[in-house]
Amino acid sequence: MGVTSSTTKEPTALKRVPRDLAVALNPEELDAHDRQWTPLKIAIWSAISLLGGLSWVMLAVVRGETVNAIWFVFAAICTYLIGYRFYSKFIEKHIIRPDDRRATPAEYRADGKDFAATDRRVLFGHHFAAIAGAGPLVGPVLAAQLGYLPGTIWIIVGVVLAGAVQDYLVLHFSMRRGGRSLGQMARDELGVIGGTAALIATLVIMVIIVAILALVVTNALAESPWGVFSVGMTIPIALFMGCYLRFFRPGKITEISIIGFVLLIAAIVGGGMVNGTEWGQTYLLLDKVTIAWGIIIYGFIAAILPVWLLLAPRDYLSTFMKIGTIGMLAVAIVIIRPEINVPAVSGFATSGTGPVVAGTLFPFLFVTIACGALSGFHALIASGTTPKLIQKERQTRFIGYGGMLMESLVAIMALVAALSIDRGIYFAMNSSPALTGGTVQGAVAFVNGLGLTGVNLTPNMLTDMATNVGEESIVSRTGGAPTLAVGLSHIMQQLVGGTSMMSFWYHFAIMFEALFILTAVDAGTRVARFMLQDSLGNFFPKFKNTSWRPGAWAATAVMVAAWGAVLLMGVTDPLGGINTLFPLFGIANQLLAAIALAVCMAIVAKRGLFKYLWVVALPLGFAAVVTISASFLKIFSTTPGIGYFAQNRAFADALAAGETSFGTAPNVLAMEAVVRNTMVQGVLSIIFVVLSIIVILTAIQATVRAYRQRSNATSEDDAVQSQIYAPAGFIMTPPEKVLQAQWDALPVEKKIKVKGH
Amino acid sequence: MTLWAGVRTGVRGVAWYLKGLLGEDAYDKYVAHHAASCETDAAGLDRAPHPLLTEREFWRDQTDRQDKNPQGRCC
Repeated sequence: MGVTSSTTKEPTALKRVPRDLAVALNPEELDAHDRQWTPLKIAIWSAISLLGGLSWVMLAVVRGETVNAIWFVFAAICTYLIGYRFYSKFIEKHIIRPDDRRATPAEYRADGKDFAATDRRVLFGHHFAAIAGAGPLVGPVLAAQLGYLPGTIWIIVGVVLAGAVQDYLVLHFSMRRGGRSLGQMARDELGVIGGTAALIATLVIMVIIVAILALVVTNALAESPWGVFSVGMTIPIALFMGCYLRFFRPGKITEISIIGFVLLIAAIVGGGMVNGTEWGQTYLLLDKVTIAWGIIIYGFIAAILPVWLLLAPRDYLSTFMKIGTIGMLAVAIVIIRPEINVPAVSGFATSGTGPVVAGTLFPFLFVTIACGALSGFHALIASGTTPKLIQKERQTRFIGYGGMLMESLVAIMALVAALSIDRGIYFAMNSSPALTGGTVQGAVAFVNGLGLTGVNLTPNMLTDMATNVGEESIVSRTGGAPTLAVGLSHIMQQLVGGTSMMSFWYHFAIMFEALFILTAVDAGTRVARFMLQDSLGNFFPKFKNTSWRPGAWAATAVMVAAWGAVLLMGVTDPLGGINTLFPLFGIANQLLAAIALAVCMAIVAKRGLFKYLWVVALPLGFAAVVTISASFLKIFSTTPGIGYFAQNRAFADALAAGETSFGTAPNVLAMEAVVRNTMVQGVLSIIFVVLSIIVILTAIQATVRAYRQRSNATSEDDAVQSQIYAPAGFIMTPPEKVLQAQWDALPVEKKIKVKGH
Repeated sequence: MTLWAGVRTGVRGVAWYLKGLLGEDAYDKYVAHHAASCETDAAGLDRAPHPLLTEREFWRDQTDRQDKNPQGRCC
């Protein structure tokens, strides 16, 4: 088979020791270390396996009245460790085949700016901050309606076999190609048709994802003077930080981030005061449509302002908050260890009638939870900044695979937070206003009418919780963010401050999510604008010049209008918004994953590694089956709750029959809105699935062609001799320690410096 | 190592990590890179390709480059 060819194309000119010291460890030595099972190592891995196994038994088999949250954390961490140590090592050995004698783009293209070798631990944090956003926090919350077990299994097993594999492969392949983007790699590997389809799909998917993230923020801020004030204040705070860095103290990022953080906390506390005032209730109590327009206008302005003024400073705040809050939640969950009183698998898993997101477990669990298990969007990050900053090839496992495991852990914690709140409150918050009527009485009647065992919601539970978290009402606060915020405040108040602090923690969580969603909206609009300008430039060359103001503004306006239209559609949707649009978000994200994995499969096939092709084909096949079947259900299902066109037909028929109200739509206008919305959503589903099928087919074609030709070709950049050394993982292995000590002991004048250009 | 020295090393480590994470060390890295490429230039034939940017210029240039080359954030 093709595997034999690998030795012939090893770049023989590369040396392990180009100057004074080795830049790479001997592969035999590395292998020997991995294979040497000392009693201590055996004991540690046995303990990890036993603890992991016990945790899974507690979750999946024992199923007492309640289950403790700590078992989720242990099951996740132990499985990640095993997956990282054994499966990612297997992928490294057989597919990735890193060679530390080869210089990375950060070394051979070093410019001290975009290409700069970065410490692996710092880069891990960087990469994690870039991939983890609101997605892993929202999806698991919505999937909690299916019970705790399906989401947990998918997040943990999915990340080990699919999500982390995708991130790792894309990161490494992009690094071997000088940091080329996914779109460029698709063009190189799949040809013009596949490449163009991948590019269009990426653009459309970007628009959908930005729109739905904006919808999540809109839902969190509607009817909430406190939230509007504190999140609104992030804008002047960021502007102040931007000016401080530009004009007063350039480069003092940590300093201004700490100042910004203090101001942010002040804004949250201030929001509580404003909430109680007359003018707060008059001017800041805004409905969804107003907020949505606010975000659209904001999105346009933010995307045309210079980066230094708004985007860069908010990025610093967002990173600061992200790492801090996630760390805090992890510590709180471990200390508080909340008891979870939710069935392992709920009836909605098979009936498909869940009020939060419609559809049965298969395939809708796998599109509701995208980020955290498998997220195609990561492929854009892993083929963006990160590959240009990696010091040594062997570090891609720690950064790519390891970084994704961290995101998965965030998703598990979000799931735990959502599961820890009362189930009645959970359904009251996450059922659309179309079902609850938006009132406490309506919500109580609806939730108790669901016939869930152990759920007995009373009006007081809802009003008390609303008072505790400082909101007017918590009924039908869909989108996941408010539920997560209630869960986080419920856990945190047990650790710090008690019930009186709940409102602070709630708005802290809302702020934390809004912060990085707004950054994602701004950055996503910018990226989409550049992609659009690049494509338009093929027909109108003037658009290629991205500093041409009218062109930039027009392209930005087009992109904002695109996601703004979807956002407004979601906000005004008589059927609820999140429950109809969120599947589209998940499908879009997973289809992007399928595209990324298809490109990876073509690359692996071209290198002749057919024996190990299943490592890529397995997650690709799964993602393809899930997303294509979910798309087909959305397009062809005859159940109106699931199929967009079935819904469309039902409402159109009702209109034709002269009815003036139908289902949850109270009047003709709302009925017409449903007809319009479902048509747009259905057409979007068709576009996605057609583009993805094209990409997957071209990838299969490229794979078969490579197999027929017994290919061992490569589209990688030429190998360049490395002159620097750095360890691969978070902790140095004994052989790495020895070599590192030699490098540390090297006199300064002998230290090999990275050459420029 | 005394307790005090341990705390100091710890604090310094956290500060180093935070600075790296937020990218505060970008200018230092740029200066080091520039010095290294100048050194090789002195030995070779080339002159330094670019004059060294001042700290203020460097940070302006950095955000301006981000303007021209936007990077997505994930969901």
